[in-house]
Amino acid sequence: MAKKALFVKAKELKTDVAVIKDLEVSIGRIFDETWTEPVGPTPFPSITDLREWDFKLLQRYKPMYMPFCDLCCLCTFGKCDLTKDKRGACGLNMAGQQSRIVLIACCIGAATHLGHARHMVDHLIEKFGRRYPLDVGGVNVQLEAPITRLVCGVRPRTLGDLEDVVDYLEDQVTHLLSATHTGQEGSNLDFESKVFHAGMVDHVALEVADIAQIAAYNFPKADPEAPLVELGYGTIETHKPVIMVVGHNVISSVGIIDYLKENDLYADVEVTGLCCTAHDTTRYSSRAKIVGPISWQLRFIRSGIPDVIVLDEQCIRADTLVEAQKIKAPVIVTSDKNCQGLQNRTKDPADEIVADLVNGKVPGVLILDSEKAGEVASRTALEIAPKRKKFKVIPTVKEIIEAAKKCKLCNDCIRACPEGLLIPEAMREAAAGNLQLLVDLYETCIGCARCESACPNDFPIHSFIVAAAEKILKGEKFKIQAGRGAIQDVEIRNVGSPIVLGEIPGVVAFVGCANYPHGGIEVAEMCKEFADRRFIVVLSGCSAMSAAMYKDEEGKTLYEKYPGDFDAGGIVNVGSCVANAHIAGAAIKIANIFAKRNLRANYEEIADYIHNRVGAVGVAWGAMSQKAAAIAAGCWRLGIPVIVGPHGSKYRRMLLGRKDHEEDWYVYDARTGDRVYVGPVPEHLFYTAETKEEAMVIIAKLCMRANDTSKGRAIKLTHYIDLHKRLYGTMPDDIHLFVRTVTDIPITMKDEILDILKKKGWKEGRIPDPTLLPRLIRKMKE
Amino acid sequence: MQAESWQTAEVPGPTKALVITKPEVVVAMVKRTKRPILIVGHEAVDIDAGDEKLIDYTIRLAKTAHIPVVATAHIVGEFIKRGFPPAAWMPAVDITNRLQDPEWKGLDGKGQYDVALFTGLPYYMQWILFSTLKHFALNLKTISLDRFYQPHATWSFPNMSLKDWSENLKIMLSKLGGK
Ligand code: SF4
Ligand code: SF4
Ligand code: SF4
Repeated sequence: MAKKALFVKAKELKTDVAVIKDLEVSIGRIFDETWTEPVGPTPFPSITDLREWDFKLLQRYKPMYMPFCDLCCLCTFGKCDLTKDKRGACGLNMAGQQSRIVLIACCIGAATHLGHARHMVDHLIEKFGRRYPLDVGGVNVQLEAPITRLVCGVRPRTLGDLEDVVDYLEDQVTHLLSATHTGQEGSNLDFESKVFHAGMVDHVALEVADIAQIAAYNFPKADPEAPLVELGYGTIETHKPVIMVVGHNVISSVGIIDYLKENDLYADVEVTGLCCTAHDTTRYSSRAKIVGPISWQLRFIRSGIPDVIVLDEQCIRADTLVEAQKIKAPVIVTSDKNCQGLQNRTKDPADEIVADLVNGKVPGVLILDSEKAGEVASRTALEIAPKRKKFKVIPTVKEIIEAAKKCKLCNDCIRACPEGLLIPEAMREAAAGNLQLLVDLYETCIGCARCESACPNDFPIHSFIVAAAEKILKGEKFKIQAGRGAIQDVEIRNVGSPIVLGEIPGVVAFVGCANYPHGGIEVAEMCKEFADRRFIVVLSGCSAMSAAMYKDEEGKTLYEKYPGDFDAGGIVNVGSCVANAHIAGAAIKIANIFAKRNLRANYEEIADYIHNRVGAVGVAWGAMSQKAAAIAAGCWRLGIPVIVGPHGSKYRRMLLGRKDHEEDWYVYDARTGDRVYVGPVPEHLFYTAETKEEAMVIIAKLCMRANDTSKGRAIKLTHYIDLHKRLYGTMPDDIHLFVRTVTDIPITMKDEILDILKKKGWKEGRIPDPTLLPRLIRKMKE
Repeated sequence: MQAESWQTAEVPGPTKALVITKPEVVVAMVKRTKRPILIVGHEAVDIDAGDEKLIDYTIRLAKTAHIPVVATAHIVGEFIKRGFPPAAWMPAVDITNRLQDPEWKGLDGKGQYDVALFTGLPYYMQWILFSTLKHFALNLKTISLDRFYQPHATWSFPNMSLKDWSENLKIMLSKLGGK
């Protein structure tokens, strides 16, 4: 596996936009001589190469810190009280500390995706060889790795090419993390710039992981008609042995499915999953099933249905082994990042491992070989299922009522519940024989079991809720479209113009975890609203699952009702969290395919393009993880706004524009070099909404861009005003900031709006060819 | 008096909100202040405050004490329905962001506020927005009117029963009448 080293001196790289001085990039054999696109100014950028661009964004969207803790306890100088304007023993202040924590979170997130990507690439190279081609969509996807091309300046053609990219990313994460040491970075803005860098690194890692698995495992390849697959507890054939897989890295699940197929056993065993691994099993085999998002872990285990639980990595409950033992189901852990204290049996014969698991000699094992794990999981499931007889720990109604009678009504549960669910009230009713209030908690309960840990009576409160709502759980039978992967070049060609001109009012991506304030239904409702409004709705991860879990009057889920095309009115599931790469990738592809901007190592220009022209918004309504933070950070650097739900306020800082600061909203007109006021578009870069209604209005608003044509702006304004009127019960108070010329005014509201503009003293502006980068002004260049 | 955070784990650091033991404390503060502002979150529409909803109470409070109201989230319409258009509506993060900006000239252009009363936001979100103000709005005092202790406010009620809380709100209102 020797690599051919190549040392590129950037002194020698002349590009059409810049000549880089004194930059040397040490890379493996990747500068592809056949790729004629000129190398842009920032191939393999270091942690400071894009700092100026970051500062431009941070000037507009200043961080607002929301300290989650008054103290810093990172070193033995501390704890230090940083309250108000105090500084710690190292001299750091609260703004510095909060931004440092954000950076640490994003480094964790990026490292996690990157660790995943590394494992995926190494594993697939071992299996398929380095020359295995990266086909992610055949002739429909010529631009196979837009983020990698943009950031690194290389065009990966084979699995082997990805290794070099991963090398670079690992190097960056190390540097970023080192900046968080005591006595390193002291400026909050520099921490923030590094946060952006971590996000950008994260996006490349996502792309590497997903294109590798799409190509090698033959996942749907940019397929708008990817198969509909089954989702929900009720879809599982419980009379069969059931293997439950949880996590994000599909390699071990592929091992299971392959073993079952090769041994003609696939029809006899149910392979079901939670979280992103489940997405990816259905991308690998449309017969696999998804139980639900991350919050379904406990309820599914306790139901006794799984006979074997296979864990890979990320977002897996740390007490899975404990819970599994309660239902007598063995656990197989398969990731070096999540060994759960179990003995490493990788080298033992499968027969022995299976026997030990089936006989209950060990509660679980670590197997770091996906094929062996697949065999052991399959055989164990088949052998243990008749013995276990779906042994469950869900209480009966009678047991719940008896327990409820002993409830102290102490409130410890509600005070521990992240959602503040009214458990004591439900217990009081249950004591009287009425379980309805417990049933009512089911949809909003995120399955964290914090209530149980807090209860002085040790009541399994989450199980009470699940048992009470058993009928709902069993009725969960839905269809979701398997993750389609990338967006086709031709789709981009078709929608590029209407998006950039504003005629498709926006691309809204619902992504991320399931820490929703009021259940997943809010995600489904938002998706429907924006698809009906002919936005392009894109989904991934747990959000994509939640959106599938509600049906219309005809019993259809969103995926059955709306097309999976990347087009106005489409509802597009790209896949697991790593498939988020295709969402950012689509924005980048618009700049390249539609607008013909050079992509190669040309980050700043493309981000400037996206920020000013592509009306895309990310919505992570239940975001909870560090990975979600890193993904968001990657969007920020591209100038794409991200909205989180109310729990997202705990990410500790927002990036908020100030529409009342006129001076913040000027751009250059690339045609003339004039500075032109364009209004607060998009108003925020990172924003936490209190309610779904607020989120919907702000989504419509954040889709406006400086480049919108009058026709496009009028369409976007129509949606903003319409939603505002319906959900807020009144006209927005800031329309004057978004109308540049009279032709921007939606025709049906002309008189009303003209009247408002008059009262606000509005003056007609103009629509420039917007950029934040003086070097892109054409006049100056000539 | 010590008070505990309502959500058990949402503990603050060394600086904690002073506990409002008597509603007169708030009354005195509001009477003393020059530029108070009242921020009302979306839960006010659903929360019972005695024999009315919290939103109705805030309207009476605002009218009595002549305090401008900012409605957050989507509830401006609920105010309008009740014949009381608020001074402004904006996202909770936006009003917090403005309150921490010493240069902000207020809704009326007359200058930054000196006391901000908050009520009706989700507990954990209010908790963290108070934290922003505690750390970065050094000249602002904040008061939580909610039923649960908000440790990052300057002043907060302790966790209270619905009955005690609405009693307190009632007294506050009656005493503010004399402003
Ligand atoms: S890193 Fe700085 S602020 Fe944190 S504990 Fe150490 S000295 Fe205190
Ligand atoms: S398991 Fe459900 S009810 Fe219990 S604390 Fe978590 S969200 Fe609340
Ligand atoms: S913590 Fe337990 S005993 Fe206390 S109110 Fe909740 S269920 Fe009842």
